[in-house]
Amino acid sequence: MPIIEVDNLSKQFGEIKAVDGVSFKVEEGEVFGFLGPNGAGKTTTINMLCTLLRPTSGQARVAGLDVIKDKNDVRRAIGLVFQETTLDDYLTAEQNILFHALAYAVPSEVRKQRTKELLTLMELWERRKSKIRTYSGGMKRRLEIARGLVHLPRVLFLDEPTLGLDPQTRNRIWEYILDLREKQGLTIFLTTHYMDEAEHSDRIAVIDHGKIVALNTPDSLKDQVGGDVLTISSDNNELVEDELRDKYGLVPEVNNGTVSVRVPGGEEFLPQFVRAYEGTLQSIGLRRPTLEDVFLHLTGREIRDEKVDERALMRNAMRARYR
Amino acid sequence: MSETYRGIWVVAFRELLRFVADRSRMISSFMFPLIFLVVFGAGFSRIVGRLEGDVNFIQFIYPGIIAMTVVMSSLFAGTSVVVDREYGFLKEVLVAPLSRVGIILGKALGGSLTALIQGTIMLAIAPLVGLSISPLLVLQLLPTLLVLSLSLSGLGILMATRMRSQQGFQFLMQLMVFPLIFLSGVFFPVQGVPTWLQIVAKFNPLTYGVDAIRQIFLGPRASGSVAELPGNETISTGVILFNHPMGIIEDVAVIGAIGAVLLLAGVWSFSRTEA
Ligand SMILES: Nc1ncnc2c1ncn2[C@@H]1O[C@H](COP(=O)(O)OP(=O)(O)OP(=O)(O)O)[C@@H](O)[C@H]1O
Ligand SMILES: [Mg+2]
Repeated sequence: MPIIEVDNLSKQFGEIKAVDGVSFKVEEGEVFGFLGPNGAGKTTTINMLCTLLRPTSGQARVAGLDVIKDKNDVRRAIGLVFQETTLDDYLTAEQNILFHALAYAVPSEVRKQRTKELLTLMELWERRKSKIRTYSGGMKRRLEIARGLVHLPRVLFLDEPTLGLDPQTRNRIWEYILDLREKQGLTIFLTTHYMDEAEHSDRIAVIDHGKIVALNTPDSLKDQVGGDVLTISSDNNELVEDELRDKYGLVPEVNNGTVSVRVPGGEEFLPQFVRAYEGTLQSIGLRRPTLEDVFLHLTGREIRDEKVDERALMRNAMRARYR
Repeated sequence: MSETYRGIWVVAFRELLRFVADRSRMISSFMFPLIFLVVFGAGFSRIVGRLEGDVNFIQFIYPGIIAMTVVMSSLFAGTSVVVDREYGFLKEVLVAPLSRVGIILGKALGGSLTALIQGTIMLAIAPLVGLSISPLLVLQLLPTLLVLSLSLSGLGILMATRMRSQQGFQFLMQLMVFPLIFLSGVFFPVQGVPTWLQIVAKFNPLTYGVDAIRQIFLGPRASGSVAELPGNETISTGVILFNHPMGIIEDVAVIGAIGAVLLLAGVWSFSRTEA
């Protein structure tokens, strides 16, 4: 039996259809990626699955329980790491975890052991007695993830969990989460704007304007994009473009002084092109499409525009907090 | 049911943790009542003269000041709801397996316990105004303060359930606090004001709180009896409801009843706003 079943779920805010009739199933022990541009309806969907928002229409079951009728049973079964900060600034890390453990009725032995394990993993054990006010953004983020795992949920919802964390920390957290999945059959429902993080997913749903536009394994989604990506730079990019267009009937694009083009069966095409090319080539590369390409292909938008975008997201999160 | 009990004590426990962590709040809720005590007490005691039973004006308002301290910090239960919503912590509470009724009652209980602590600390200055404290007095006072603060926490929460911003809530609070305090008989006998004001004051739960605490300190004489004012006019310093001078137990019962209504309304309003 699937651990999450969503049937024609919708949420309307006044005029805005934030979520527009989505249906999908998630199996127990699966890492389910939920990707989409800003404002696509990811957080709204999570809020409905986590009983924080009443759906306008449709149904959803989590761990076999109805999210409208059996709210408290659903809440017991899930852990949620919110997109924005939800810690008590005036309390210490240890007290924040204590509150959580008490609220979920975690036995005190288990609490002590898990608190130590999780805070050590997040490299916060030494700072456990400091008030959250004195924490950096990344430390807060790590504490939120730790807190969501204290009560051993069956399903863990992660709404952009690692925003602003450095790559090593992200890897360490993922190792731990995937290990929990192995050992305890933890199911993970993930939204992220990091494509390498999305790669952890067994399946990915792409949502845009409140509707699911694709749902498949990462590999199948990449195949769907249509061919491999060839990137070429040369002294004369225009010549490259012309050749690709005229000789092979392809549609090249120029980005930052390199020409990129999508070709099915890139391995065969590459030597053929090099042999026939009349100018001088500087470099040439061939790669499988990434999730980034998938995302661009499906939504017409970059999943994120470099670092600037990350800062903008942080700013928005801050603004949302202080509004 | 266990979600309700757990909600109550877990939420109340966190309010206490936070109270201990945030000293500025403690100081600010003392400042106001203390300033009133000093300014009004010193300013008026010469003009007002002695009340019956050899009670001077500072002693007359001191019980009211304790009530006022409790009220200020009880209403903070409301602020706490709004702050939690604004800073996101409310989501952590709402997604936990705790019932909405439990969460709200926990906020009220947490607010009341902190109010009780502050009220008790205010007791320390009783000797300074010439009033003595006995174990019996403390035993009567604490339950009275608890009922009063639960009741006013209910009011704070009811106001908070619909508010999204701290500023908006603070504004609403200021708007409420002054009439609440000035129309409660802290500074003057309720029976001594024009009829329409008397009627308003008798809907104010704080009126009964002040009356009960005053009787606990000054004895039943202070209530239902008369005070001599300059010009030989005499009025009762206590509260008279339907021609009946109120006793301590009756006062507490009235506060409890008003509080129950406020808390129920708060719970209802909160459960409607938060799914
Ligand atoms: N409480 C609300 N009231 C009104 N509109 C809302 C509310 N919450 C969300 N929306 C709207 O619903 C849409 C979906 O928002 P949602 O937060 O689900 O997006 P998202 O996919 O999580 O985006 P992001 O990547 O930026 O987090 C947006 O247009 C947003 O403005
Ligand atoms: Mg979101």
